[in-house]
Amino acid sequence: MLRRYSVHLILATLGGLVVYLAYNEYLGLYYLSVLMFMGVNIILSSSLNLVNGYMGEFSCGHAGFMCVGAYVASVLGVWLFARDRVFGAPVLDPEYALYAFPVIILAGGIAAALAGLLVAFPSYKTRGDYLAIITIAANYIIISAIENMSAIGGSRGFMGMKGVINAMEDTIYLPWMPIWVFIFTIFSVWVIRRYVSSTFGKGVNAISQDEVAAEIMSVNTNKIKTITFMLSSGLAGIGGGLFAYILGYVNPGSFNILKSTEIMVMVYLGGMGSLSGSILAAILFTILLELLRPLQIIKWIVIPLVLIILMQFRPEGIMGNRELGQTFPRLKKFYRFK
Amino acid sequence: MQQVQQQTTSDPILEIRGLTQNFGGLRAVSDFNVTLAGKQLTGLIGPNGAGKTTVFNLVSGFYQPSEGQILVDGVPTAGLKPHKVTALGVARTFQNIRLWNDMSVMDNIRVAQHYRLGYGFFHSAVRSKRYRQREEEIAREATELLEIFELKKYADEYPRNLPYGTQRKLEIARALSIHPKLLLLDEPAAGLNSSDIHELIRLIRWIHDRFDVTIWMIEHHMDVMMELCTHIKVIDFGQTIAEGTPDDIRNHPAVVTAYLGDDKI
Amino acid sequence: MLELIIQNAINALQWGSFYALIALGYTLVYGVLTLINFAHGDVFMVGAYIAFFVATFFLVSLGVPGWVVLALCVPLTMILTSLVGVTLERIAYRPLRNKGAHRLYVVITALMCGLILQHANLAIFGASRKAFPPLIQEHVYNVGGVSFTNLKVAVIVTAFLVFLILHWIVTRTRVGMAMRAISYDKFAVPLMGIPLDQIIVITFVLGSGFAGLAGLLFAMSYPVLEPYMGALIGWKAFIAAVVGGIGDIRGAFLGGFLLGAIEILVVAFFPSTLRDLIAFTVLLVILTFKPTGFFGVAKTTKI
Repeated sequence: MLRRYSVHLILATLGGLVVYLAYNEYLGLYYLSVLMFMGVNIILSSSLNLVNGYMGEFSCGHAGFMCVGAYVASVLGVWLFARDRVFGAPVLDPEYALYAFPVIILAGGIAAALAGLLVAFPSYKTRGDYLAIITIAANYIIISAIENMSAIGGSRGFMGMKGVINAMEDTIYLPWMPIWVFIFTIFSVWVIRRYVSSTFGKGVNAISQDEVAAEIMSVNTNKIKTITFMLSSGLAGIGGGLFAYILGYVNPGSFNILKSTEIMVMVYLGGMGSLSGSILAAILFTILLELLRPLQIIKWIVIPLVLIILMQFRPEGIMGNRELGQTFPRLKKFYRFK
Repeated sequence: MQQVQQQTTSDPILEIRGLTQNFGGLRAVSDFNVTLAGKQLTGLIGPNGAGKTTVFNLVSGFYQPSEGQILVDGVPTAGLKPHKVTALGVARTFQNIRLWNDMSVMDNIRVAQHYRLGYGFFHSAVRSKRYRQREEEIAREATELLEIFELKKYADEYPRNLPYGTQRKLEIARALSIHPKLLLLDEPAAGLNSSDIHELIRLIRWIHDRFDVTIWMIEHHMDVMMELCTHIKVIDFGQTIAEGTPDDIRNHPAVVTAYLGDDKI
Repeated sequence: MLELIIQNAINALQWGSFYALIALGYTLVYGVLTLINFAHGDVFMVGAYIAFFVATFFLVSLGVPGWVVLALCVPLTMILTSLVGVTLERIAYRPLRNKGAHRLYVVITALMCGLILQHANLAIFGASRKAFPPLIQEHVYNVGGVSFTNLKVAVIVTAFLVFLILHWIVTRTRVGMAMRAISYDKFAVPLMGIPLDQIIVITFVLGSGFAGLAGLLFAMSYPVLEPYMGALIGWKAFIAAVVGGIGDIRGAFLGGFLLGAIEILVVAFFPSTLRDLIAFTVLLVILTFKPTGFFGVAKTTKI
């Protein structure tokens, strides 16, 4: 009984606590946004882990898909629900923002999933380093495409998402952003977990270990690759959408290869093919980034250095390719996560 | 032997007509013909590089033939991806064992059920009733299969931790788990010691008796072939040089020449 | 019309020379180690900075004439930059390789090394851009409506020379033979008595040295230096190397010039903001249809 519901219970308590603290403003805006970025980072690292860890590919352009999601969700939200220089008066009654927000974020995710096809199709024929290049190229293509769309700000960026959040909070006063980040984070991890633990999703792992054997043992490798790339980039799009709304401002420059590298670092820090590792690494990495913020530029010397040293002594990352339950079998008594 | 012959139906499981495969300028297989009826146990032998594995790769859809036709149970396989060919009922093993080494033995069997999963991404995400039903069935069948192959005690092990002979056995079990009509065994005895080989002969014979499957095997161990096969085909440089019963093959002059070389050079 | 074509061709050759020089470094290391040395673009940047310091030191502090400074700059920049490359290999890549770590972890380490180079530079020298002092008098020649400078010609000639030298080293010398042997079979090579680590160090010396040379030439042609200059050009050169067929010297060279030509063409006909978009799209299309590039050999899966 306890085992069955313990995860739900912990999550509900955690979520409730954050919302309560945010509602009563016990939690400063800064800490709240760090917590929200943590959630976004969990979405990003676990979705990239699907491709880089479980499928054994090497995608270095995750931020590109994030960018698609961020822009689609922002533009859609602002166009529909906020007064804006570019789009003028809101198209719909701002009262509906509250209900439409998850749909908007999901729409960003779907757009990003479609952008994922840019990588999925070439992956039929090629893999490894050659596919890595294609992902880098895709990242650059997406960024420069948006830089060239002057209607939505081009390289100057796009803003106005605060208006949508205000519209939600005007309707019902609750800390909506933390709530949605929390929900989408859980949703992402939950979908990935269910996918990779099903017999269907284990095809992903089979492709990573021996693609020829997978195809000959009746796994439709192209289909699995398409689904996996689309799922991964779609979730990155959701992460990107949330990221945009948390910041209230996006510009294409914040989704460059450096951002992709950051996400990659989280995946490898946590361990390839370990979902709990990705989550743990995302949390630790976010905290690390914040702790080192006073160092300014030196931060970007210290973090790579820490990683290089980590790679030397524990190259398989924090969790290796194992899950929490495998590393600490005793914990299994207390929870079940499906 | 006699009984097996009688069970043979007129409907061929595999029919290959005029199969030719060119790799650049090299003709790896040339005008290859074969008809395998149900429940047969047939062999394919030839010196190294004769094109045996190429034939298997063509049948399993890994290569598309340059010329010729392959019909599995009457269905032409031209243009089909390997997983589709497998779904038609062709399973195979590999010369160098190709198990998924970082997945448990149980998962190795489960993933091979992809062609008849009957659910997709959506069902796996929402864990629908269909999903749970199918997973349960697949798990049950996989357990049964591991049980009859006496592999159940290894269900949670990783294949790479198993002895070589057991890995071979697991690979055959994985191939059989897709309920094939035609089982292609590519050098199943390679790398096995003599007691393992005896075990293997017993295993293949048992599979042949117990499952309704046509077996076609490549092997270099002549004693294995002579003992198991009712019919053997010999190829060299992509061309069929002899075929017949094991006794015919043993004394066939062309085979002796191909294997031992020509004295009269 | 004809002048326009020739003019653009010269521009493309010059612009492609930088890509080609950097791509050569990527391809050498990849060919030998199958390691994507993501720090290579930043090694190029470091090369430009080294050239800057060497040049200002001699020119401003010692008052040596420009052409002497250039003659000193070329070997010094190449040696110092290759030291940077070898240092990376010694302290970051080799320990990992010896531990038999997954290849991707070495790649991540390379990425991190690149970040460190960039930001160390930023932290030490600040964000202000550095202006590279002119070393030689730039002459503009005008032949039949086509204008080019002595510098442009020098860049193009250097790129071709470097290509010929590297091609000679890889195909004709014992070191080159050892390099190719390592790329075929890393495990058999030490058994044949070839000093693996030594050959790898030579590879890094060559790759980084020529990146340094590219840095010097780049700084002379576009005399503004900033810490992030290596990142984008490095990524692009890497993609160029892959389009040519990574691991093959000819491929890197061809890919570099191809990318240069595409970019110059785009700028000639479209707004320059579209340069990256179109260049990357063309490369993506090429890679989609020819995944291993022009000279790359597809790895055949043997069953």
